[in-house]
Amino acid sequence: MIPEIGTLALLIALVLTLLQATLGLVGAHRQDAAWMRATTTITAGVFAFVLFAFLILVHAFIVHDFSIEYVAHNSNNELPLLYRVAAVWGAHEGSLLLWVLILSTWSMLVSRLSKGLPDDFRARVLGTLGLVGFGFLTFTMFTSSPFTRLFPTPLDGADLNPILQDPALAAHPPMLYMGYVGTSVAFAFAVAAMLSGRMDAAWSRWTRPWTVAAWMCLTLGITLGSWWAYYELGWGGWWFWDPVENASFMPWLASTALIHSLAVTEKRGLFRNWTLLLAIFAFSLSLLGTFLVRSGVLVSVHSFAADPSRGLFVLGLLLVFIVGSLTLYAVRAPSLQSEGGFAPVSRESFLLLNNALLVAAAGLILLGTLWPLVMDSFNLGKISVGPPYFNTVFLVPTLPLVALVAVGMHSTWKRASYASKGKTLGMLAIAGLVLGALVAFVCYGSYGVPLTIIGFGGGFFLMASSLWEPVVRLIRKQPQARAAVGMAIAHFGIGLFVIGVSGVASYKIEKDVSMGPGDVASIAGYDFRFLSTNDARGPNYTAREGHVAITQGGQPVAELTTQKRQFKIQSNAMTHAGIAVGWNRDLFVALGDELGAGKWSLRLQYKPLVRYIWLGGVFMALGGLVAILDRRYRRGVVEPVTVVGEG
Amino acid sequence: MTPRQKRLWTLVAVLAGLGLATAVALKAFDSNLQYFYDPSEVRAGKAPSGKAIRVGGMVAKGSVVRAPGSLQVQFVITDFAQNVTVQYTGLLPDLFREGQGIIAHGELKNGTFIADEVLAKHDEKYTPPEVAKSLKKRHEGLGADGASATAPAATKDEGTSR
Repeated sequence: MIPEIGTLALLIALVLTLLQATLGLVGAHRQDAAWMRATTTITAGVFAFVLFAFLILVHAFIVHDFSIEYVAHNSNNELPLLYRVAAVWGAHEGSLLLWVLILSTWSMLVSRLSKGLPDDFRARVLGTLGLVGFGFLTFTMFTSSPFTRLFPTPLDGADLNPILQDPALAAHPPMLYMGYVGTSVAFAFAVAAMLSGRMDAAWSRWTRPWTVAAWMCLTLGITLGSWWAYYELGWGGWWFWDPVENASFMPWLASTALIHSLAVTEKRGLFRNWTLLLAIFAFSLSLLGTFLVRSGVLVSVHSFAADPSRGLFVLGLLLVFIVGSLTLYAVRAPSLQSEGGFAPVSRESFLLLNNALLVAAAGLILLGTLWPLVMDSFNLGKISVGPPYFNTVFLVPTLPLVALVAVGMHSTWKRASYASKGKTLGMLAIAGLVLGALVAFVCYGSYGVPLTIIGFGGGFFLMASSLWEPVVRLIRKQPQARAAVGMAIAHFGIGLFVIGVSGVASYKIEKDVSMGPGDVASIAGYDFRFLSTNDARGPNYTAREGHVAITQGGQPVAELTTQKRQFKIQSNAMTHAGIAVGWNRDLFVALGDELGAGKWSLRLQYKPLVRYIWLGGVFMALGGLVAILDRRYRRGVVEPVTVVGEG
Repeated sequence: MTPRQKRLWTLVAVLAGLGLATAVALKAFDSNLQYFYDPSEVRAGKAPSGKAIRVGGMVAKGSVVRAPGSLQVQFVITDFAQNVTVQYTGLLPDLFREGQGIIAHGELKNGTFIADEVLAKHDEKYTPPEVAKSLKKRHEGLGADGASATAPAATKDEGTSR
């Protein structure tokens, strides 16, 4: 009975989203105050019913209700409670429900926290979000219902895919979805701007915190995913240019461009059309990501069992939203032209370059991601595009960006002069490069790869340049805006990230070895002694466990345990790596197979500075958080803003 | 700067960026496309030797051979019509086992595939789509001769019936 209540709740939510869309969009068009007010109430209703359905599914997992097909396929009597809850979004149907829940959460937040918005504008935003919600709820209900019954009811479930049984992965999808779906808010604001023909500084000020909030979640989600892939997949890599990783990274690049373009639109009223277009791109790329992941057209760890009807449905949704919004753009954008100019050296120019480079990177990654699909659908052969392509097309636009960010941060609007700061920036750049070369030669004893010193140098330069302004203000006891501090923190995070990537890419060592108990293998000056193996067991798996002691110059460094887990229900093997974490390097041991003659295969890795990659991501997100807390956004929320229409 | 100059300047910047991006992309693209072949295509001589390619198929039952204590392993992949021998040195992925669909990256050398990477994705139900497609094709070909008993076990739905 309970699952049917879940279905009913979703059905009510579906009808409500249709109402939300109609009352919102038509009500705003007719300037009907009652309809527009009702939109806000209905938005809350959608949230309540979707949340209710979601909780019913959570409950079904907790109490092992295997009469529900989705639960039976993704849970098990022995699955620990944490993973039973995480299993709710562990496969296709549940993750879609999570998608819808997060969408309705964002919509609800927009309706509650936007007291300053004019009524018709809020109604249009909520109406657009209602349309998106309607599309995805239809998809959930008619192709992917999580409440479908299974008869006869099995006594036990098929268990959650073992690689998903991990704390970071319990948090990764919700965080990533918060970001993905969050781009729909910026999209809805853009649509509302085009419908109402109004796009002024106030519009940008409303849109910015939402966009930054979504971007922040996306950043954290991607960071979590990278960290998880590093330790859980047992490969020790932090990014694989897997199509599904790209699917989350492209919206990130577009959103990053968007938050910078929005800054120009707010402060200077420029780039308006471009900002609108970026908002559409970011959301379209999120939808494309959903399509790529959910349709099963891609070969990936993430793609669940393929079902053509699902792929077609998402593709249809994708087309409706992209074609619809671009048509609206073509019709309305000309009336939202920017006015005014700027000098070649100005903050505007730097941000324009930032946008061009980020969008170029996103476009080239898109090409590499989709090309195999294009080739395959025209029967031109089955190809894959190798990681070196992605490394190249990502590095070429983003490496200059590091220097541009470091310099551009200190530029002023309209016309920038480096008379006062040029010297300091030059010195910081030289100091960064010298420090980079020192780190390369003194700490790692070699030149590394061609870009090593540029990478380190650029990273140090950017970190120093980011800290400079806030530190100077702190010393002089001058007030500083939270938005500026947030920017500095986020850019400092990019510097950390660049340092981490440079260290790992230049000096990592990976070695597969065959070792018996007592054998010693050495990499990067560390001696790995294989001690012993024994059997071990966990709640739902048995494991072969290997113990490795690491010493450096005779001094003990760490003793690591690595497991090869055999899950009972799904007869999957899973490697659990042993990792010795350090501020300057990780040491990584993964147990392979028994090779006979008392030997085991082991993968040993030395990963210098790898932690800074994720720490950089955390700093970027933190910077976003600080920026959102800026006074001027809060003022906009608390007091109604009087707006001068321009369009 | 007048709006006209500004527009011109923007256009130049965008075009320069696009040109550079295209050049870089084409070059990187060209050298990084890896083609996929199944064992029948390899046997028919369609796959180039000494060039990085991918081959895929099911690991044939009883074909995995390794000298005791050695990291080097040899196995046969099959599409149930033709076989290719693969050599690899290093750690095999967790889900590598006989009867599992895999994809190997590497080069052909005298008819043997020297792999530098072996991929078996993280799901027991999962067969790489290229492999699934190739098996289906070969299976239909065999079906006409009435000798098709082995292939069905290799399709995507293996294990979902539980």
